[in-house]
Formats: sequence, structure tokens, C-alpha cells
Amino acid sequence: MSSELLQQIITMGAALMLLISFALLSQKRMLSLLHWFALQGIVLAAVTALVGYTSDNTELYISATITLMLKGVLLPWVLWKIIRQMHVHREVEPLVNIPMTMLIAAALVVFSYQVTLPIEHLSHLITRNTIAVAMANVLLGMLMMITRKKAITQVIGFLAIENSLFFAGVGATYGMPLVAELGVAFDVLIASVVFGLFFYHIRDTFESLDLNKMEK
Amino acid sequence: MMIFLVNLAQILLMILAAPMAVGIVKKMKARLQNRQGAGISQPYRDLSKLFGKELLLAENASWIFRAAPYIVFTSTVLAASVVPVIVVDSPFSWTADVIALAGFLAIGTFFTALAGMDVGTAFGGMGASREMTFAALAEPALLMSIFVLSVSAQSTNLSVMIHHILEAGLLLKPSIAFALIAMLMVSIVENGRIPVDNPGTHLEVTMIHEAMLLEYSGRHLALIEWATQIKLVLFATLIFDLFFPWGISGTVAVSALLIALGLWVFKLIVFFVLLVIMETGLAKMRLFEVPQFLSTAFFLALLGMFMHYILEVGAQ
Repeated sequence: MSSELLQQIITMGAALMLLISFALLSQKRMLSLLHWFALQGIVLAAVTALVGYTSDNTELYISATITLMLKGVLLPWVLWKIIRQMHVHREVEPLVNIPMTMLIAAALVVFSYQVTLPIEHLSHLITRNTIAVAMANVLLGMLMMITRKKAITQVIGFLAIENSLFFAGVGATYGMPLVAELGVAFDVLIASVVFGLFFYHIRDTFESLDLNKMEK
Repeated sequence: MMIFLVNLAQILLMILAAPMAVGIVKKMKARLQNRQGAGISQPYRDLSKLFGKELLLAENASWIFRAAPYIVFTSTVLAASVVPVIVVDSPFSWTADVIALAGFLAIGTFFTALAGMDVGTAFGGMGASREMTFAALAEPALLMSIFVLSVSAQSTNLSVMIHHILEAGLLLKPSIAFALIAMLMVSIVENGRIPVDNPGTHLEVTMIHEAMLLEYSGRHLALIEWATQIKLVLFATLIFDLFFPWGISGTVAVSALLIALGLWVFKLIVFFVLLVIMETGLAKMRLFEVPQFLSTAFFLALLGMFMHYILEVGAQ
């Protein structure tokens, strides 16, 4: 494949990542939120593998496989199990209404484009354009964490940030060293177990996963 | 001289073929739902019947009610004359501006809504209020999705934009993909097709467009129906022009024109098949979900714009 076409496909993947971040913010139902989250993992794995192919970096294939298994399948499934078992309310409860959140998100995209412009000029990789998208994704994940009431949606926001950081690593430097990546993947796995335990403790103590009740 | 004739021909083509196009859509829809359906020339027979019928006016109808059908029809025809169908350049191509196009369409919508409120029936007022709510949300989304293409062509002139797209060739651009999806969503709303409004009913509490026309009869109704049919073909042609212009003729040579005509018909058929499948497969959405549908379209177009600046301009 020509590098022109590869670049177009990677650009398309970056566009999909941003689209998914917006979709995560706009979802009203827990189940569709999880679907989009799983899709984010799958797109991330596909982009990683493509970048690996472009840069002849076999390590990226390994991290793409780990991403696919962990973020595309395992974590969404674990979260879905937790939601089912704890009888969490099916609707996402935002603190700020959704159109307003989307407008803030649009402003954040412009902001991160402005901020990353000088960094892009320093880079010569064909993935340099995706840095702004990755940065925007991180900010959108944070926005999701601060505008949702439920612990589970906040955790999905956190995992979305982790996905975006990984994406930023792939875009900015063709991925981190494999050791670091394995470490991060393991951390996320452990974190999800810890989150699961916390969900149970929060619910046992406060009889709800609504974090506002913890402040009283 | 030739170019004038070709341009006149393409405007007439769009106006005269519109009822047939709607006939084809209805026929395909009927076949897909295991019905026989009326013949594809039925809309012509309906129109000629309505033109021959006596005109009945409501007692308290003002001049607005009487003028609205003519204004709606004229503005739609003017909008249709802006959109290139088979030949890109025209002597009036400097008027072929997308903002003017959106303006013509808005005039039509505005007067339909006014006429709906004019006679003071409950249905008319309800339809008008819904139509205006959705029109106010649909227009920014429509313009934003067109602007995504305008910024790369650096013009809002349709002919210039088509030339730019033809020169650029087939590229995998996320911005254009997003703009296309947004544009398709807006055209569903603007034409009142199924997930949003049902064009085949006069008796539904959730109707939007038909609710405003309940008091119309005779040639007034014929003009409005015809304008609605033109609008459907107009939106389809606009989508082809902006996203799939391949085949449209740059010259007035007869062979190129015939190829352009054939491809236009082919694209229309493909578009209608997709439309019919969608209309048969989907249920109508709740009225209060339409604003959300439209804001999704707007944000998709906005994302397309971001993509253009972040991923595509930076790449050069």
C-alpha cells in the first residue's frame, strides 16, 4: 500500500476516535455507552496495528493485540457484568445537560488544536496530525468524568482517557516501549478489579452508586 | 447560446421529472411492502386532477394563504435552478451560491408555516410550530455540512465547489464523510421522510408537513405538492453535486451531456432505493427526539469541520 493511502486510513481512524469520544459524551443509556467504549478499544487496536505496519514496528502488533483483547472485549464485558449484578439504573445521569456538554466538548477540541499546533511542527512522523485529536480525546474523557454522577460512567471516562493517552503515544512517537506498555495494560487490568471492588463497597455503604450521596 | 438552452433544459428536467421520481419512490416502497402500488406516472395524474379541481378557500383565509402556494413553488423552482444537474458551468453560475440556495428553501418553509397558521385551524398552527422548530435546527446543520466542502474549495459557489471536488479526485477524507452523513440526516428532516415525518399520511397526530396543508385544495394544493416533489429531487441532486459529482459534464457536448444525464438517473435510482429501504425498515421516531437527531447532524458537520482543519490542512 502507498504511504498516501495509509496516511488517509490513519487519519480516518483518528477521526473515528474523536467521533467516538463525542458519542460517549452524548449517550443516554448505559448499554450503548459500553458499546461505544468497546468500539473505541477496537478502533484503537486497528490504528495501532496500522501504524505498526507503516513504521515496520513489530512491537506495535503486540500492543495492538493486547489493546483489542483488554479494551475491546474484556473491560466492557467486566463493566457490563458489574452493571447487571448491581442493578444500576440503565440511564446515564449527567450533571450538565447533553447539548451543553457537546458545546463544551467542541470548545475543548478547538483549544487542544491550538495548544498542540507547535508540537506538530516539530514532528515529522506521518501520524503527527493525530496528536491534536489524541489531546482532545484526553480532555473529552476528563469532561466525561466531571459531568457524570455515577461511579461507573466516571470509570468509563477514566478508561477513555487511558485509551486516548495510548493513542497519543502511538501518534506522537510510534508507541511507547513494549515494557512500559505491558505495565500500563497490567495496571489498567488491576485498576478495573479495584474499581469493581470499590463499586461494591460504595454500594454497601451508601446504598447507591451516586457519588453525590457520598458528600452528605 | 447552447449553454443557455442546456441550462434551461436542466431546470425543466428537474421540475418535470420530479413527480415521476416521487412515483418511482412510491412504487418501490409499495413493492417492498408486498403491495401492488400505483403506477409511476400516478403523481402526474394526481397533479392534473388537482389543477382541474375547484378551488375552495377557508372563510377567514387572507391573501397570505392565497399567495403562499405560488411563493413556495417559485422559491423551490429558483432553488432548483441554482443546482447543477447535468452541466457544471452556466451563464448564471455566479448566482449558484449555496447560501442563496438555503435562503430560497427557507422562504418556502417560512411561507408554508405562515399559511398553516393563517386559517387558524388547530392542526395548521401545530404543524407550523413544529416545522419552524425543526427548520431552525436543520438550517445550521445543512449550512455547516456544506461549509465543510466550501472551506476546502474556498468558495460557496456550487460550480466552483464541483470543479474543486472533480480535480481533487476520490480521496478518503473523514471531514467529507462526516459532512455527508450530516447532510443525509438534514435532507431526511427537510423532506419530511419517515424517521422524522410521514409523507404518506393526512391523519396523524405527529404529522408535521401535511398538517400545514390540510386546508389547501385545487391548484394551490397541486402547486405545493409539486414543490415538495421538486424539493426531494433537489436535495438528492445537491448531495450528488457535493459528494459524488463524477460524471457531471463540464462541456455542452452532446455525448458528455447524455452520459451525465444517464449517470444522474442512475444515482437518483440508487439514492431512492436506499431511501425506500430506510423508510420501510425504520419506525418513526418520537417527535421530541427530532431536535436531538438534528443536533447530532450539526455536531457531525462541526466535527467534519474540525477534521478538515486538524487532520487535513495540517497534512499539507
